[in-house]
Amino acid sequence: MSADGRQPGLLEGLPPRPAAGIYFDNNATTPVAPEVVAKMVPLLTEHYGNPSSMHSFGARAGDEVAVARQKVATFLGAAQPSEIVFTSGGSEGDNLGIVGTLYALPEKRHLVTTEVEHPAVLGLCRELQKRHGYDVTFLKVDGAGRLDPGDVEAALRPDTALVSVMMANNETGVLFDIEAIGKIARAHGVVFHVDGVQAAGKLPLDLEHLPVDLFAISGHKLHAAKGVGALYVRKGTKLRPLIVGGHQERGRRAGTENVASIAGLGVACDLATAGLERENVEVRRLRDRLEQGLLAAIPDCQANGDPAYRLPNTTNISFRYIEGEGILLLLDRAGVAASSGSACTSGSLEPSHVLRAMGLPFTLTHGSIRFSLSRYNTEAEVDYVTGVLPRIIERLRLITPFNEQRATF
Amino acid sequence: MWNYSDKVMDHFLNPRNVGEVENADGVGEVGSMACGDALRLTFRLGEDGRIADAKFKTFGCGSAIASSSMLTEMIRGKTLEEASRVTNEDIANELDGLPREKMHCSVMGREALEAAMLDYYKRQGKEVPCHLLAGTSLLCHCFQVTKETVRDAIERHGLETIEEVTHFTKAGGGCESCHHEITDLLRECQERRASGVAPAVPAGAPLIELAPLAATVATGPAHAPADAAIVARITELLATEIAPALRADGGDIEFVRYADLRVHVRLTGSCAACRSSSVTISGLVEPRLREFVDPRLVVVEVGRR
Repeated sequence: MSADGRQPGLLEGLPPRPAAGIYFDNNATTPVAPEVVAKMVPLLTEHYGNPSSMHSFGARAGDEVAVARQKVATFLGAAQPSEIVFTSGGSEGDNLGIVGTLYALPEKRHLVTTEVEHPAVLGLCRELQKRHGYDVTFLKVDGAGRLDPGDVEAALRPDTALVSVMMANNETGVLFDIEAIGKIARAHGVVFHVDGVQAAGKLPLDLEHLPVDLFAISGHKLHAAKGVGALYVRKGTKLRPLIVGGHQERGRRAGTENVASIAGLGVACDLATAGLERENVEVRRLRDRLEQGLLAAIPDCQANGDPAYRLPNTTNISFRYIEGEGILLLLDRAGVAASSGSACTSGSLEPSHVLRAMGLPFTLTHGSIRFSLSRYNTEAEVDYVTGVLPRIIERLRLITPFNEQRATF
Repeated sequence: MWNYSDKVMDHFLNPRNVGEVENADGVGEVGSMACGDALRLTFRLGEDGRIADAKFKTFGCGSAIASSSMLTEMIRGKTLEEASRVTNEDIANELDGLPREKMHCSVMGREALEAAMLDYYKRQGKEVPCHLLAGTSLLCHCFQVTKETVRDAIERHGLETIEEVTHFTKAGGGCESCHHEITDLLRECQERRASGVAPAVPAGAPLIELAPLAATVATGPAHAPADAAIVARITELLATEIAPALRADGGDIEFVRYADLRVHVRLTGSCAACRSSSVTISGLVEPRLREFVDPRLVVVEVGRR
């Protein structure tokens, strides 16, 4: 309490809020690169043709889609552009990969996935189990969020249609050993689908030489627009469409192509390839600086997930005894955007399923904050956050009834 | 992003009365770490019998902190009798409203107030006003089951799963939001048993008697002959879409009567005992019927049996 007996406000005495916001929530969505916008605008205003039309408007649009398909194929390391199916984003890619495979293999009734997948996969698998009678094995991860490929092998059955795992976890950034899991799936003749949404743009990809059959990516996670994505479908993989009624995407996804967004995705893939080294050197350095700065300045906190084997841009830190929403609200007032695994930020009353699956106690799940950086972030931004967050945490800890002596009622 | 009122943000950013009252006359603790929010409320009475000081410490989201802050402001200067009339709606109204998903924050405030006043009466050795007895250390709000009841059942019957706890006490059978707490209690009791602190499960221990669930006797549909078509569509939608969704949570719904665009229904099963039944009606039943039958329909929940 201050000298006049008045309690200080939670934001009192913090440094002035930076004029432009600091965006550390790039695993949620990313700013669209200016080069991508420049590519998209003329395709909305001037060259607005339908690729299926028999005139030069259509031909121009068709050329743009073909160029983008080549760019996405190069970016993913696909053997040929025809292996790329444009979608509306990551969720559609995951749904098409998984359900399209099940449609094509009607006699197989079993799937293998993990407890820490993105809701696009987790929710779909629960739905398949509940309403469509599929048998689903949800594999567990260890305390660091790692998946043992041996568990995948042990779960396989003669009627297993598909294994679906993520390459990188959206909440913790922890990586799964796609190569080892893919080899197991291939040895058993099981289709292997990978949710690559968080990995794309942050890790080198060479799908032709990885034992992966299906690989979903999302445009807006790598500086392209929302509402566009792609599914890699290895040549020879059986897949039935979900959206029917048109010949587009070689009959695998009907509907007039989202030309501007698709062309923008192509440009974003070029930029991602060019920026990969920066992502793994400079963004990693900034992430480490942020993480180490916060862990050093704030007592009673810990970083979650395997520190050695994770995305270069992501850190997930739990602050004991306080709840994530308050931290986010105060960070937002201080000009910083991040996200939390707390229950209160989801509206579901359920804290992060990923951290719970890792066996983290509630005191660590409710107070978890994810910072996810991009190539547009700077060291000055990192230093501002390491300066301001310790004071925010300190003030919220003055309000909480919990502490080292008393962890819960 | 939640749409918090300016008042909620003000009480979050500038919380009033943070801390603990020294030599408190009443202390109330509700919630837990597992729940995601918890509140410790302390108060002291003045010589005039009015609450002279009230302070809070809260673990929880912005609206939980704001609700706690507002609660302390509202009860200061009140007699215990006056304070006992402060409802969770009053707290939410004083904050210019809370998002629907956050109403439980105001409920937590009300519960802490009840717990603190109960603590006061116990300390004084006074008789507890009966309206305070209901809501203390509630674990399952849907079925009004206290933590003590659940712990007692676990210890006496050696329960090991949430399902067993639900079977024995009904706790956790509704909205399931207390499953974390039940899990914690199960773990705690297991540890106590393992370490020999708690006695082994006695053989042939008596079962806790359950209050019977609301009866689900069907009543014949009552409606004018001219409304037969619309009633048929309503009952079909109830049977094919709405009831299955409720049954997933152990509840059910039955059609009672229809007249002048008003659909009377009765919630049964776990829904019948649930505090959130109005949310079930306004959030699920009414929108579905309006979408598929008639946008002017009003759904009315009739009394439980």
